[in-house]
Amino acid sequence: MNKKVLILFSYMILLAGAFSMLFPFFWMLMTSFMTSSQILSGVINFVPKPFVFQNYIDITQKIPLMQYFLNSLFVAVLTTFGQVFISAFAGYSFAKMNFKGKDILFFTFLVTMMIPPQVNIIPLFFLMKELNWIDTYYALIIPGIFGGFGIFLMRQWFKGLPSSLEDAAKIDGCNYFQTFFKIALPLGMPALATLSIFTFITSWNSFMWPLIVTNSDMMRTLPVGLAVFKGSFRETTEWGQLTACAIIAVIPVIIVFLAGQKYFIKGLMAGAIKE
Amino acid sequence: MFKQIFRQLKNFINKESISGLVFILPALSGTFLFIILPVFASLAISFLKWDMLSPPEFVGFENYTGLFYNPLFYEVLFNTFYYAICVSILGVILPLILAVILDRKIKGSELFKTIYFLPFITPMIVVAIVWEWIFDPYRGVLNWFLMGAKIEWLYDPKIAMLALIAISVWKLIGYNMVLFLAGLSGIDKNLYEASKIDGASEIRNFFHITIPVLSPTIFFVMIITVISSFQVFDLIYLMTKGGPMNSTNVIVYWLYNNAFEFFKVGEASAIAYVLFFIILILTLLQWKLRKKWVLNE
Repeated sequence: MNKKVLILFSYMILLAGAFSMLFPFFWMLMTSFMTSSQILSGVINFVPKPFVFQNYIDITQKIPLMQYFLNSLFVAVLTTFGQVFISAFAGYSFAKMNFKGKDILFFTFLVTMMIPPQVNIIPLFFLMKELNWIDTYYALIIPGIFGGFGIFLMRQWFKGLPSSLEDAAKIDGCNYFQTFFKIALPLGMPALATLSIFTFITSWNSFMWPLIVTNSDMMRTLPVGLAVFKGSFRETTEWGQLTACAIIAVIPVIIVFLAGQKYFIKGLMAGAIKE
Repeated sequence: MFKQIFRQLKNFINKESISGLVFILPALSGTFLFIILPVFASLAISFLKWDMLSPPEFVGFENYTGLFYNPLFYEVLFNTFYYAICVSILGVILPLILAVILDRKIKGSELFKTIYFLPFITPMIVVAIVWEWIFDPYRGVLNWFLMGAKIEWLYDPKIAMLALIAISVWKLIGYNMVLFLAGLSGIDKNLYEASKIDGASEIRNFFHITIPVLSPTIFFVMIITVISSFQVFDLIYLMTKGGPMNSTNVIVYWLYNNAFEFFKVGEASAIAYVLFFIILILTLLQWKLRKKWVLNE
């Protein structure tokens, strides 16, 4: 096989792959602009005829879409902040400071990473009940803040930084907290960005936990609210309305992903290596 | 006097041994409360008979033996293994081919990477909506592509699981591809140069150089894919609810059903521990292999 044929063949595979990756998104977008009579006609036409925004208007009237969206955003942002700060503190401590029991504690965090979250979900649900956190933002946010991955990621990053700046800060009379905030945190920015993007997308996409701990419509996150909406159709499913919901749910992750793509992929690779 | 106490406290906290602990205290307390405590609580609950209403009753291993006598348990286990094995085989072969092509730095490879990655970051509810629409037996675009076939995809017990496997692979390709690209970047390119001088073809190189050198990465990717496949829930809940006729009922979905639909909390916890046990074995296997993988870099 000569080189040109091989390159042509490679492109054919890549394009076929790209088509199958993108087609569902394209079809989702097109369907969201179609009238239900076009959808129900059963004739496949890739262009909406007529092109309407009605589905987007209908869904805001049928379900509290804005509330779902804001719930998801609020939960994802706070989870991200919590996770990043707590992991940065702990990761810095494990990387740069000496104290009794450090190794065994770090090993404990590593071990917690291999516990499948589904194993914990029943006791965690009872804990939420005991704390009266069911159907509150506390249940949606606080358990999601903790996890070994963030700590591991931050530790790896801080370990790779030279200690000379911190030593200089200490000589200048900074205590550990000051050194952390003035020196370590600014230098840790790339790792913090990785962890933030990773946590945001994970939280935005999470489904099982919000499903279990919410019951009122006003507390539902976007995935849970849309799952209930999707399950509410009996005779005919309004695909135009559902795809419009899907578009709204996917836009934030695509924006965050495209903005921080290189950090996100780096984080996933670190996450895979840790496991 | 307060000033003095405050200063003493400050000096105390300022010691490295104390500061170090203070820094990890938030993470530690949360991890203890929300991860470590529940793991043991889950084990304890698995020995109880409890419907969340009447007081729990200690029944020893009854929940576990009950599982082993329940034919549905074997069906669920079979479905889970079937799903996990199929997803990890396809989810390794396809991304590997794509990664090998993209590793050659051909034009537009960055754009392709971004495109392949999109399904991975997409929320499962979005995936479920669009694919259920594509799979719709009467108006779906897939049957239209197949010249008006009337395949019942998600409603046919023989096909539903295969449809879900296809969706999972679609969603996963980009992620595994990135892992392979990381592995491929570690291969010494001189190996290829040497074999080119010997006149070996590209296909031959793939089987005689790329695959053997990359084999630790391949095993590694396969195991993490199996582990994540064993935890599948969102996809099942959102697309088939375990049906039709339990043909897509998998371990975590069954666990959820027992706990939160049937309120059989003890049984559900026993199922959770069966899952934990399977994943523990896979994780230990992976830790063993990780050492090989790191050496390869």
